[in-house]
Amino acid sequence: MMQQKPSDPLSQGSRQTQAFLQTRNRRDRTARKAFFGITLIPVFLIIVITCLLVIRAWPILSSQPLADLLLGEVWKPTNEQFGFLPFILGTLWVTLVGVILAVPACLLVAIYLAEYARRSTRTIAKPVLDLLAAIPSVVYGVWGLLVIVPFVDDILGPFFHRWLGFVPVFSVTQPTGFGIFAGGIVLAVMIAPLIIAVTFEVLSTVPDELRQASLSLGATRWQTISKVVLPRVLPGIIAAVVLGASRALGETMAVLMVVGNVPSIPTSIFDTAYPLAALIANNFGEMMSIPLYDAALLSAALLLLVIIMVFNILSTFVLQRILGKARI
Amino acid sequence: MKKNPFAKRHIIETCMKVIMLASLILVTGTLGLILWTIIKNGIPAMSWEMLTQVPKGGFYMGKEGGILNAIIGSLYLAGGGTVLALVCSLPIALYLKAYLGESKWGSYVRLALDVLWGIPTIVYGAFGFAIMVSLGLRASLLAGIIVLALIELPIMTRAMDEVISRMPLEVEQAALAVGSTRLEVALRVVTRQMLPGIITAVLLAFGRGIGDAASVLFTAGYTDRIVTSLFRPTASLPLAVFFQLGSPFPEVRARGYAAAFILTVIVLIVSFGARLLSSRLGKYTIK
Repeated sequence: MMQQKPSDPLSQGSRQTQAFLQTRNRRDRTARKAFFGITLIPVFLIIVITCLLVIRAWPILSSQPLADLLLGEVWKPTNEQFGFLPFILGTLWVTLVGVILAVPACLLVAIYLAEYARRSTRTIAKPVLDLLAAIPSVVYGVWGLLVIVPFVDDILGPFFHRWLGFVPVFSVTQPTGFGIFAGGIVLAVMIAPLIIAVTFEVLSTVPDELRQASLSLGATRWQTISKVVLPRVLPGIIAAVVLGASRALGETMAVLMVVGNVPSIPTSIFDTAYPLAALIANNFGEMMSIPLYDAALLSAALLLLVIIMVFNILSTFVLQRILGKARI
Repeated sequence: MKKNPFAKRHIIETCMKVIMLASLILVTGTLGLILWTIIKNGIPAMSWEMLTQVPKGGFYMGKEGGILNAIIGSLYLAGGGTVLALVCSLPIALYLKAYLGESKWGSYVRLALDVLWGIPTIVYGAFGFAIMVSLGLRASLLAGIIVLALIELPIMTRAMDEVISRMPLEVEQAALAVGSTRLEVALRVVTRQMLPGIITAVLLAFGRGIGDAASVLFTAGYTDRIVTSLFRPTASLPLAVFFQLGSPFPEVRARGYAAAFILTVIVLIVSFGARLLSSRLGKYTIK
């Protein structure tokens, strides 16, 4: 267009401007493509991880019926017997104990911080929760070994055995302290910051007008919370707990250090267990020597991945709806 | 009507308040107990040797040496992983803000990042090791760095995304209104606005990376020497803690506690540093 009007006195300047604009636009387009490519990495990564695990686990998934793998009780890699049931149950027990221990305290803390606490209390509580979240899992493991295992062995175990021992779930048969209960306590502390943070976030989406309306009718604060606030955000709180549970399912090192790692089906919370993540961590190094072992361990990883992904996606959808955007 | 303080609802109110405060104290107290346990058991075994020497002969039977190899290894692993993750996560965070905005695609990418965040690190470790086996590679610093970068990527990106989404829309609109391209908005406006957020996100991810043991267990290996090449295996602090705790010798276990203490101190410094820097730099951004 510029070339058509050479007599224009502004042409020199506007040609430069035009060229500059074109360069900028070209850069913008190139950057858009490059950024778009990089943005595909996360999506791509999920697909690659899942596919690779499926491919590597295929030898065992195709040679043995799924029911035998998931419900088999015998774990003898040398005999090509790979029953995951003890490990699946171990994972579920430890996670369940952790979640049951964590949830009441976490919800109460989140409610307190969101509804009652003064600003100053919140500014103290936040760094505490951040630090709890930042502590590495081996350090939790060390703490578990030094404090929780002896505590379970000396105090909790005998206490439960004495007063609730007639219920099989609470009876102590191998008094070492290592076991599901110790793992559950460590997990409860580890998932607490996540559950508290998400619940707090969910609670703060409730409009203040609702609280004020309830309070002005003469309801106490707790009545307001239990009758007005909580029913409104119940799905969000459930999502927070599910998110915490999915974090607990995959926790490896800390649990591995306190849970005992004996592949048997637990019957009591004081029994030892052997969660899936610990199974992978303990055996991955030498798996190459035995046929199918590597496929078995990778199918354990696949199982873990699928369960956690389902948990995560469900809770993210619920939270997305409540918080108005995707976030943890 | 006079308020009856003994009415059931007022009693419940007081009880709930007490229980809630007790829970808060329980959570805070647990953090205190953890830190105290690590300090109490870690300090006695701390020495200058621990920080400045590599394991010597008989180290794993309680003889001389330190864990310098693990400290350096961990810094390399987490540092490399963080740099690599930053290179990918900054463009993603900018793309989410400047190009995708609140569109449907943006929420898909965020969902993908959240899913990645949720995947346990042992699965990343298994994934990395499975790839290495198929390619015929052995454990090395590079493999550890790449796996840590994958783990840190979603953490860093989501943290950045969170910060930029709080940037006032007017700032972006003003830049666009005077004729900036999207790229210029991203690089010259958004990046400067979110600098404190970037730093916090980077430090957060570094802290997560340095503490992770399950992912480096098979990908980075372990060695008593200080790593000198990307293609050699390297020691790391979390694994130093883990391996030494499994020892039957009390002296070695004590050193494991000291290693845990060192790791905790590094993580605390990083965590406090992030908080301090972001509040310092936060003054220069438009709220």
